[in-house]
Amino acid sequence: MTMNKIKHHLTDALLMGYAAGTLPEAFNLVVATHISMCDTCRAALAGYDAVGGEVMLDSDPVSMAEDALATAMSRISATRHVKPAKPKQVASIFPEPLRDYAGGDLDKVKWRRVGGGVSQMVLNTDGGASVRLLRIPAGTAVPDHGHRGLELTLVLQGAFVDETDRFGTGDIEIANEDLNHTPVAEAGMDCICLAATDAPLRFNGFMPRLAQRFIGI
Amino acid sequence: MMPVYAKTSKARLRSMGARQVTAEATTKRMAWVTQVAAVRDRQDKAAFAELFAYFAPRVKSFLMKSGASPDVAEECAQEVMVTLWNKAHLFDPSKASVSTWIFTIARNRRIDILRKQKRPEPEDLPWGPEAEPDQADAMGLQQETEQLGEALAALPAEQRKLIERAYFGELSHSEIAAETGLPLGTIKSRIRLALERLRHTMK
Repeated sequence: MTMNKIKHHLTDALLMGYAAGTLPEAFNLVVATHISMCDTCRAALAGYDAVGGEVMLDSDPVSMAEDALATAMSRISATRHVKPAKPKQVASIFPEPLRDYAGGDLDKVKWRRVGGGVSQMVLNTDGGASVRLLRIPAGTAVPDHGHRGLELTLVLQGAFVDETDRFGTGDIEIANEDLNHTPVAEAGMDCICLAATDAPLRFNGFMPRLAQRFIGI
Repeated sequence: MMPVYAKTSKARLRSMGARQVTAEATTKRMAWVTQVAAVRDRQDKAAFAELFAYFAPRVKSFLMKSGASPDVAEECAQEVMVTLWNKAHLFDPSKASVSTWIFTIARNRRIDILRKQKRPEPEDLPWGPEAEPDQADAMGLQQETEQLGEALAALPAEQRKLIERAYFGELSHSEIAAETGLPLGTIKSRIRLALERLRHTMK
């Protein structure tokens, strides 16, 4: 996996939300996938997890039932602890958490065309936000659109450029209401992204709005 | 020279007092680490009982504050401790304090039970050749986590309350303001360095 080249990271608020366990599942997936690719954010998450541990330690203890320990002991498995085997190093484009949701790596994705050459696959998640894989052919622009909520776009392959910057593999763009942008996939390679939003995208212009109906967002 | 020296000396005494507290608490954290290792290596029931006595009531409290009923919290706290027993071999004291690790188990149970959702986790790191963590690294991380806990306790009440509410799940992601005012930098850089070392040995 590409390391050290990642320039656009998760925000502290997203890292803390992920550590606290309060993000919608769709956002959790994007965060977990980015962290799989980014040691900087993996280390930052360790800090926010530690805060959670200290908050828990600081909670006034509430007594357990008298037989709680005995009950727990009876549920403990008798198996000895075995060091897990070294995880197999699979050469893949999708990190493991994403493979779980996509049903495999990039070659297993069931793309649906949504217009303008762009294809997508919606991934199944619960709770107030949605997440999809997007394939934008090299050199193609995604229609100019704004956002009603929060949109996270993680690049898995290739790169795109918009009014704000260039986003390469592993980079994440975090967009809110203030951003109206036209991402363009860089020439040379299709750009594959994982995009989550907690509100429908809002396209500017008639044709894109039609496309939005097909995209179903 | 003298008055300056006297002042410094007083300040030093005070800070030595604080350091003393941190040192004792770090010793306690290292004792938890040893207890988890005893569970892992010898299925040590006495060590488990000590961890249970300390952590289960705090896990239960945390879950109740997160909206679980006392019954669900009790059941869930037991499951968390059983998970600790079953997964003791996955705990790495150079990457987390025992309190941090137990918190992540409890948090995941909470998502599972209260929200009935799957929680995607980052890909496991490939193990380096030295799976046994360095004692000094472990000690350093325990100490830094202790200092984080002390800094949390020392925050103005309102600020601390806000952080607690975030972790009890009372704030949505748009309401979270991540300016914690907590010294997270030391833990971040320690882990970042450890990951770099691991990546290096993998090459």
